[in-house]
Amino acid sequence: MPTSETNDFFHGSVGVVQTNIVTFESLTLEGGETITPLEIAYETYGTLNEKKDNAILVCHALSGDAHAAGFHEGDKRPGWWDYYIGPGKAFDTNRYFIISSNVIGGCKGSSGPLSKNGKTGSTFQSTFPFVSIGDMVNAQEKLVRHFGIHKLFAVAGGSMGGMQALQWSVAYPDRLKNCIVMASSSEHSAQQIAFNEVGRQAILSDPNWNQGLYTQDKRPSKGLALARMMGHITYLSDEMMREKFGRKPPKGNIQSTDFAVGSYLIYQGESFVDRFDANSYIYVTKALDHFSLGTGKELTKVLAKVRCRFLVIAYTSDWLYPPYQSEEIVKSLEVNAVPVSFIELNNPAGHDSFLLPSEEQDSILRDFLSATDEGGFF
Amino acid sequence: MNIHTNEALGLDLKNRPDISYIANLIKPGERVLDLGCGYGELMLILKNKGVRVQGIEKDDKCIIQCVKKSLYVHHGDIDDGLKHHLDHSFDFVILNQTIQQTLNPGDIIKECLRIGKQVIIVFPNFSHWQIRTSILLSGKTPVTDLMPFHWYDTPNLHYLSGKDFEDFCEFERIKILHRAFFNRTRQIKLFPNLYATLALFVIRA
Repeated sequence: MPTSETNDFFHGSVGVVQTNIVTFESLTLEGGETITPLEIAYETYGTLNEKKDNAILVCHALSGDAHAAGFHEGDKRPGWWDYYIGPGKAFDTNRYFIISSNVIGGCKGSSGPLSKNGKTGSTFQSTFPFVSIGDMVNAQEKLVRHFGIHKLFAVAGGSMGGMQALQWSVAYPDRLKNCIVMASSSEHSAQQIAFNEVGRQAILSDPNWNQGLYTQDKRPSKGLALARMMGHITYLSDEMMREKFGRKPPKGNIQSTDFAVGSYLIYQGESFVDRFDANSYIYVTKALDHFSLGTGKELTKVLAKVRCRFLVIAYTSDWLYPPYQSEEIVKSLEVNAVPVSFIELNNPAGHDSFLLPSEEQDSILRDFLSATDEGGFF
Repeated sequence: MNIHTNEALGLDLKNRPDISYIANLIKPGERVLDLGCGYGELMLILKNKGVRVQGIEKDDKCIIQCVKKSLYVHHGDIDDGLKHHLDHSFDFVILNQTIQQTLNPGDIIKECLRIGKQVIIVFPNFSHWQIRTSILLSGKTPVTDLMPFHWYDTPNLHYLSGKDFEDFCEFERIKILHRAFFNRTRQIKLFPNLYATLALFVIRA
């Protein structure tokens, strides 16, 4: 995979960064329960200007976290969107103040199943309340207000991050100027729910599952690894897999994996277990599956509230979030006369395309943000 | 808009009589849909006039250029990308040198008349005298500066003249509000079907 340095359209790095945690008194969830206290892990890059109108919130996908750009002390690999965030990059830290936070329900520092329950003093685990995409966005809104920002210059995200961006546009229509939705959907199809269900069932059937009340030294690691393997298949494309693995090397081994793609998936699954929590996997995939702004006329009605410009990007090779789902969002926005640009990029990498370096994606993100449209449609 | 033609002709759109004719028809604040908007040159002229314009284009290179110009474009195919638009939701729908490249021009025009209060159609006039003589003398499909393609590489699927279009409107009972004919530098009023390279019609249902 090319790195930031090998692509001439990608420039600097934000350097060494660290994740911070801010604590709020509480957050009442859509389901009625309250998280007390509410903790949010976040990183920022660039400088918030005096008018506080240059902030961009980037929202991460399922297994992402607050670390979107730059390097943590001692790390070899940068944050998940380092190709696009940094000085001179599309999300130019010389111009914009970038905020990335870990979603609630996650396991990378924000309130979630690994947090301590104030009432009992022990870890929530599967007693943590159900969390929705709307709740994740409401938590982000608290963080944004914490910085004294009334109106975000943009909210951007891919996959689950795209759902959060969409949710922002309808939950807080006057609080963002631009909305960027990539490789995403207004609701999961039965197929998308099906993939997530297989992942969850893998975890639930792990001998260590214990209804989610497992100990850290006896975790449902095998189940979580299987869930991740399943996920990885859906993130890539047929073409990418063929190119990367082909059919080699078929040795006819009955006892263990004998194809390169199998070894790759096993590696991805096993390394995921070290950095993710099985309960969080269930919480976050459920949030994804439950999210729905509707489709067709229902979606059009919901999106009538929005008051920002939109950029929607889909990828031809993405079969997990196929382009028709992006187009559905675009059409519903267009019926509401919302200013929206839609592009379907022909990147071969499948659903993961939005994370990878692409000259077209770089220029379209950069230009969409640069081309401020003061007149507007509204 | 046919990007190849514009490139081939190397024309400054702002000074082109057909473009200023279109720009004069549309008032600030009106909503316009530009089908096959290409690099967005016409859309930019309209946007700068205060028109609320959006486009559809199938070439991704064009979309990137449109975004650069702060224009709103839908990456898609006109042949199946209009159904979601509500009846009469646009003041104008523009088919600027697009109609001859679509698969089903008749259906598309009817769809445009549904979603637009008025429809502006501009197309290369196939009955221009140079084309007529070229066919007559060479016996081959004409290659002119307005249609600079061979039969095997042209994006143009249909060839029509001003008269063909008028016949179509009469048959379909489509009302013609304005008609104007142009060559690259001026409006043509005398024997336009013979001397005009471009034909422009404003129609409504």
